[in-house]
Amino acid sequence: MSQQLINIQPLSQPVQMPDEIATFPAEVEAEIDRHLAKYPVTRSAILPLMFIVQRERGYLDPPGVSYLAKRLNLRITDIWEVATFYSMIHMQPIGKYHIQVCKTLSCKLLGADKITSYCAEKLGIKVGETTADGRFSLSEVECLGSCGTAPMFQINFDYHENLTTEKVDEILDSLD
Amino acid sequence: MFIDAIGCEPLQLRRVHLENSRSLDVYRQNGGYEAIKKVLDSMSPDDVINDVKKSALRGRGGAGFPTGMKWSFVPKDSPKPKYVVCNADESEPGTFKDRYLMERDPHMLIEGMLIAAYALGAKTNYIYTRGEYKYLIDIMGVALEEARAAGLLGERILGTDFSCEIYTHTGAGAYICGEETALLSSLEGMRGHPRMKPPFPAISGLYASPTVVNNVETLTAVPDIIKMGGEAYQKLGTEKSGGTKLWSVSGHVNRPGVYELPMGYDDMEKFIMEDCGGITNSRQLKAVIPGGSSVYIMRADQIIGKDVRMDYEGLVAGGSMVGSGGFIVMDETVDIFESTKNLTEFYKHESCGWCTPCREGTDWLVKIFKRIEKGGGRPEDAQLLLDLCDNIEGKSFCPLGDAAAWPIQSAVKRFPEDFEKHLIGD
Repeated sequence: MSQQLINIQPLSQPVQMPDEIATFPAEVEAEIDRHLAKYPVTRSAILPLMFIVQRERGYLDPPGVSYLAKRLNLRITDIWEVATFYSMIHMQPIGKYHIQVCKTLSCKLLGADKITSYCAEKLGIKVGETTADGRFSLSEVECLGSCGTAPMFQINFDYHENLTTEKVDEILDSLD
Repeated sequence: MFIDAIGCEPLQLRRVHLENSRSLDVYRQNGGYEAIKKVLDSMSPDDVINDVKKSALRGRGGAGFPTGMKWSFVPKDSPKPKYVVCNADESEPGTFKDRYLMERDPHMLIEGMLIAAYALGAKTNYIYTRGEYKYLIDIMGVALEEARAAGLLGERILGTDFSCEIYTHTGAGAYICGEETALLSSLEGMRGHPRMKPPFPAISGLYASPTVVNNVETLTAVPDIIKMGGEAYQKLGTEKSGGTKLWSVSGHVNRPGVYELPMGYDDMEKFIMEDCGGITNSRQLKAVIPGGSSVYIMRADQIIGKDVRMDYEGLVAGGSMVGSGGFIVMDETVDIFESTKNLTEFYKHESCGWCTPCREGTDWLVKIFKRIEKGGGRPEDAQLLLDLCDNIEGKSFCPLGDAAAWPIQSAVKRFPEDFEKHLIGD
């Protein structure tokens, strides 16, 4: 596909541009249209659309970035600029199940460190790594608003609270 | 997790324990959407703003700015569209009240936003929810559709001339977006950098149009203010801090949870030691951070036997602040050096990088904490931390810098023994 589809203004550095632009099925395009309709300025839809691209493609990959630039009539760098600011936007492949252990004070007081090290040991990876089969990634994250039910982790978008090592076993073993 | 009202009839928490509390039917059977009906039937926008002013409702997100006054700053004659934006970015460590309001009673937020939109002449409104709370965005989406189907949202609401839309919007993991101007940058599709004030959002906010940004708990207080009248609502609390307030309680307490208390509840000690069930494992209380992590930490002896009143003025007199009302309770086993390091890492991670004092300062603070932790502490490090905080406090572009400095300043000054033992070196 031609790069001319994208409205790129001259940049000081040459940027490697993917030839491929992501495509999505009609129902996903319709979902994107619904988000765009909410705002008088299309750029406002950038975060909701990034989540859709991530959901559909696993992460915000270069063809996904090109798609957003085209759909929102922005430069590639505009997309990068926003994507690199937000911790929930992933520009690298990530495990099918992203375990995000809250490490902030209330969870720390009630044993977050133990939950993290237990997950790491069970999965055989360190914080920031993904298992070789691509199923699990382990991260430590800042406060997820679950302080009264600490310690906790979020797997993808699901909250798991009042964790114990037994409960961690139960949750991780139940995932396909 | 406990959800209870103490010292008052539950107001904001009135419906949270009902079965199907998030459904439109249950909301309506329990007084829901009566306030917007009263507003549309018999009140002008100015009447609404005056009632909110009389209520002495203050912003529940953390800053405590009088809500009615904030609303009155929006210019009535502006030809631009106006916006009401709900700040549901709840990210302050120790704070989780908005989550339960949205999870259990989403229509209360919709009704509050409708009333605010009517008072300010806003046609399009957004609920900016942190990305991690995706399940709440889904719950709000269902509630908005229910409201629309019942003629409570969209064109000609309840058969009147009032038309109004509310949309959900998602953040994507950035504490700074809880700061109202950073939230607006993010909602415009930018990095979440704060903006220079003035102009304040009331004059130039979303898309450079007049905008009011209010916290979830602030907006959900509005329907009751309208129903009972501003003066009656104010009388539930104190003269300057009207109504009731939700407090999130976490850490070493036997009954962590969300509690609704009248503003001016007279004893913080009783609240922690009795209402919240006291300290776990029968240990002694050591410290409390009462307003979310960004406020001064309090020693147990500033609380026990001191009758600290729980409202904006009372907590300042007691040596801290209401902030977002997130109590983090710590027992005698906690090393305040370690707990402060934990929070400093939070602020370093969440500093948006826009201004130098905050970006560089929080980074250096973490470096110093790590050096001390590894045994490289020097006696002069306590003063070094304070000097660094002085160079951040009041010198950063937005309040995140102050929020990073205050926990450290108060911890070093109020728990010197916990720092000194790390500063002897090897």
